[in-house]
Formats: sequence, structure tokens, C-alpha cells
Amino acid sequence: MKLPEIDLYLIAPEIILTAFGFLVLLADVFSPRTEKKGYLGILSLIGIVVAFFYTLPLIGSGKSGFEGMFTADGFALFLKVTFLIIAFITILISMGYAEREGIAFGEYYALILFSTLGMSLMASGTHLITIFLGLETMSIAIYVLAGMLREDRRSVESAFKYFLLGAFATGFLLYGIALLYGATGSLQLKEIATYIASKNLLRNPMLMISLVFLTIGFGFKIASVPFHMWTPDVYEGAPTSITAFMATGVKAAGFAALIRVFFTALPQFRPDWTSIMWLISVATMTVGNIVAISQSNIKRMLAYSSIAHAGYILVAFVAGNDIGISGILFYLMAYAFMNLGAFTCVILLGKKGEENTLITDYSGIGFKYPLLAASMTVFLLSMAGIPPLGGFMAKVYVFSAAVKEKFYWLAILGVLNSAVSVYYYLRVTVLMYFREPQREITGLQFSPASVLALIIALIGTFYMGLFPANVLSFAQKSIVGLM
Amino acid sequence: METIGTILQWLIFLGMAFTSILASVLLITRKNPIHSALFLILNFLCVAVIYLLLYSQFIAIIQVLVYAGAIVMLIVFVIMLLDLEEELRSRLKLFYSKVIGSVLAVLFLFGLIYGLVATSPTGKTGSYTAEKMSANVKAVGEALFNQYLFPFEVVSILLVVAIIGAVILSKRKLS
Repeated sequence: MKLPEIDLYLIAPEIILTAFGFLVLLADVFSPRTEKKGYLGILSLIGIVVAFFYTLPLIGSGKSGFEGMFTADGFALFLKVTFLIIAFITILISMGYAEREGIAFGEYYALILFSTLGMSLMASGTHLITIFLGLETMSIAIYVLAGMLREDRRSVESAFKYFLLGAFATGFLLYGIALLYGATGSLQLKEIATYIASKNLLRNPMLMISLVFLTIGFGFKIASVPFHMWTPDVYEGAPTSITAFMATGVKAAGFAALIRVFFTALPQFRPDWTSIMWLISVATMTVGNIVAISQSNIKRMLAYSSIAHAGYILVAFVAGNDIGISGILFYLMAYAFMNLGAFTCVILLGKKGEENTLITDYSGIGFKYPLLAASMTVFLLSMAGIPPLGGFMAKVYVFSAAVKEKFYWLAILGVLNSAVSVYYYLRVTVLMYFREPQREITGLQFSPASVLALIIALIGTFYMGLFPANVLSFAQKSIVGLM
Repeated sequence: METIGTILQWLIFLGMAFTSILASVLLITRKNPIHSALFLILNFLCVAVIYLLLYSQFIAIIQVLVYAGAIVMLIVFVIMLLDLEEELRSRLKLFYSKVIGSVLAVLFLFGLIYGLVATSPTGKTGSYTAEKMSANVKAVGEALFNQYLFPFEVVSILLVVAIIGAVILSKRKLS
């Protein structure tokens, strides 16, 4: 009997995330019961930094292992770096926020680490079982995190809604996976592609249904129209730090798995899924942007804006060329910085029992809290796609990929949508600087960790806008061998 | 010896087959849902024995553990959480659902018979002998700890996350 080959360096980042997750749980048990759990946040931050330093040496090696279950290729590693940055900033903004809102569970930080682990498994999995398990590890942790504010009915509703609909979407995904297995006899992505090519299964009805079910399952996780209904309620009710984590991390992981499965296992079906995704992309952009205009709550507005951004990313997915896929990687990282930054501002403008999440609450804060308002403006303008910020470059890459593949209408619709989005992003800015405050917002406390998160997000947004070439060349090197 | 073994197998099969049919008839005709759940367990156990007669030990064990164990447990939990008295007192008008249900059940039966007689669903033919099938627990174990070692380990983390989640969401508030 042959024992399996085990290369632990390959999964070192995952091992470290797991180990620190358990360390946080243990430290929580052996520490006094107080409301302050900030030190657990610091422990988690250390874990993420260590995982980061074990991720870097893997870059460029392109190795895979565990019987074709797992790969550490450039694509996976770029996304892992993105996930670690997202988790780092999320924990930074959580440290002040959790204390303020009375989330006195040490498990909070452990669950963030475990869900980051799930995300990196989704990016690294080359076998549908690994991808599915990663997705479930991430999702279950997020369901719980969304319901962490147990005193708040909206938070419980958010967790429950996300759980029920998420379980339903998981059912679709599993059904799709099962049909794929039934038709090809394998769950390994490359083997599936080889089998389909050798047997010429292009008109196999089982595979067609499987393709639709996979689209539904992943479409739910990336919040694309028409699988987006849960997004505004869940984003509004969940703790704001977790909303930020969901909008950036879960979305990025969903795209990671979507790209991996569709481009590695089902490349022969590209004409079929291109036409489906074209429609989904246009619907997602349009619905997201138009509904965002009429929102009065900033968390709901950002939820619809995140739907719209999923639509822009799908534009590049439809294009599916090198610029497109590296553009998606660039977009996901830029979006992580600007969106986490925007949610940090939303958190900083609130205090215990007074979240100030109405858009009208932002009236006049430009004079009272000039730095906060200025940062918020930067993030919103970046999301709107105004140069010289990260969001602008991301959109340039995404739309130019579509133009290069002659999807002119898609690019035009994308740019038009982008123009619509400027309206609701600028509205907040106008309120902040050109309106009298409607009511007095006083006594805000800026925790140092949140301020640090804000600074990191600002640096990231500016860096990706001013020096995009560095990140883009990293992204372009990362996708070698994916397609 | 050979014939006695075969006759014994037939007797066990017939016993189990008729018990399971009887159990499923009782399952859908009892008024008390707890009794229905108990007959469901009986049905699952009989089917598990039939799997054993087909030399599929692994599926038989899973049938007992997952279906007779975990799933019936869930069903009983749900029954206990609901208000049964209310349900029993109110005379539900089930006529239409009974008719539709019977039609669907008969259709399903014909579908199954057709599926078994007309096609070989797995595409594999041949007899399932004891020699061929007796190693299937071993085969599953080897696949689990060799080829599927990595997902197997990930499942453990997934379960830990689920347990932590259940504990947090049901924990009493810190005072």
C-alpha cells in the first residue's frame, strides 16, 4: 500500500490560519471573562502576518499536490494575498467595533480566521470536493458571524436569511457537482476537461443542467442578479465589520472558484456560459446601480453598489482573455481596499446605540470630521471610477478586456452603468460638504486600530491608482497556466 | 450446505422485504407522528439488511448510521418541537393531497420498475458476488485516507466551525 505524498509547505498558509484559529479559541478559554477581547484580535493579526510570510515563498513555484486536490499556482496565491489583506483589515476594524457593540465572543476572531481558510481553499482547490469544502467552511463561519449581534433583531434576521438561502444555493451547487460527476466520472477539474474533450460531450444534457446549477450556486455567492435578493438585508443587518468582510472576501472567493471551475473544467462550454454570463453581467450592473440610487441607508446603498461591482467583474469574466482574468484579480484587490475603507468610515461615524447609517446622517460632517469625510470621499470616488484612484484603473482593465474581445455592447453598457453610479456616490459627498448637519453627531471615538485600517485602505487605494503597473504585472504573472 | 445457505438468504430477504413494505404502509397510515417515525426506523433497518444480503456492507452501515440514526433523530426533534395536540385535534382535509400523492406514488413505482428492468443505470453488468463486494469497506477506507486525505482533514475543521457556531448562537448572554 502506497502512502500519499504530503507536502506541508504547500499548505503552510492554511495550516497557520487553522493553528491560529485554535490558538485564539484556547486563549479565549484560559483568559478572564471580560468584555474586552482586543488581545485576541492582535493574536489573529499575528497569525495572518505569519501566514502571509509563508505564502510569499510559494509564489512562482506553481506546485500542486495531494493527489490533484490542491494547487499553489499563481492564481491561488494572488487571491490568498488578497484574502489575507482583507482579513487583516477586517480584524483591525473589528477590534474597536466589537468592543463598542458588545460582541464579547473570542470566537469572533477565530471564525474570521477559519472563514479566511475556507476562502483560500476555494482559490487553491483543483478538485470539486476541496472547493466545496472550502466554500462551506467559509459560509458556515460567515452565517454565524452575521448573527453575532444577538441582541439586534436585524442581525439575527440577517444571519437566518443568509443561512437559509445559502443552504439552498449550496444545494444547487452540489446538484451541479453531482451531475458533473455523473457525466464525466471525475471531480478533478483537469480530468473533467480531458474527459469532455475526449468523449465529445458538448451536447450532453446532464452537463448542460450541471452548468446551469453551478452558475446558480456561484452566482449566489458573488451576489449577481437574479441571485442577489438576500444581499441588501443581510448586509444591512450584519455587524458592519462582517458586512465589509462579506462584500470583499466572500465575493472574491466566489469569483475565485467560479473562474477556476469554469476555465479549468469546462472550457469547451465557453460559448454556452459566455452568453449566460453576458446576460447576468448586464442585469447585475443595471439592477445594482439603479436600485442603489433610491437607498436611504448607507449600508444598503453599499450593498447594491457591491452587486453592481460584481457585474463589472463579470464583464471581464465574459471577455475571458488574459487582460480580463488579470483585470479581475486587480479589480478584486482594488475593490477590497476601497470597500473596506468605506465600511471603516461607516463604522467610525457610529457609536454605541447610534449607528448613524442613514445617508442623511452624513450631512455636514465634512466640517466637523474633515479627515473622516475626506477619506470617505476618496473611497466613494474610487468606487465610482474617478482617476487617479484604484477603482478607475480596475474599471479600465475590465472594460478594455471586453473591447479587445469585441464585446462592444457589454463595454458600452458597463461604462454607462459606471456613469449612473457616479450619481449616488457623489450624493454622499455633496451631503458631507454642502449641506448643513441635520442633527448633531458628537462623541465619536476613533479607535487606533480602525484608524490604522483606514490608513492602510487609503494607501492601497492610492497605490493601485497611481502605480497600477506593479500590481497588474503581478496579476498577469499569476494567471500563467490557468487557461 | 450450499442450498441451505441460499434458502436461508431467501427467507431473510422475503422476511425483510415484507416487513419493510408493512412498515412503510403503517408509516403513512398512523395518526400519531411518533409512531410513524418509529415505523420509518423499522423500514430503514430492513432495507439495511437487504443491502447486507447484496454484500454492500458499507451502504448498510451508512443506512443505519445516517438514515436510521441521524435523520430520524432530526424528524423526531421536529415533531417534538411542533404542537402535536393541535395537529391531531384538527381534522385536516387531506383528500386531494391523498389522491395526488397516490397517483405520484404509482407513477414513481412504474418509473423504478422501468429503470430496473429496461436499463442498467450504472452501465456496469455482472453478478455481485461475495468475493467482489466484500472488500468495499476497505476500498472506501483506502480512498478516504489516500486519495481523499486532504478533504478528509478539511472536513474536521468544517465540523469544528459548525460546532463553534452552534454554541455561540445558542449561548446565554455574558453577564
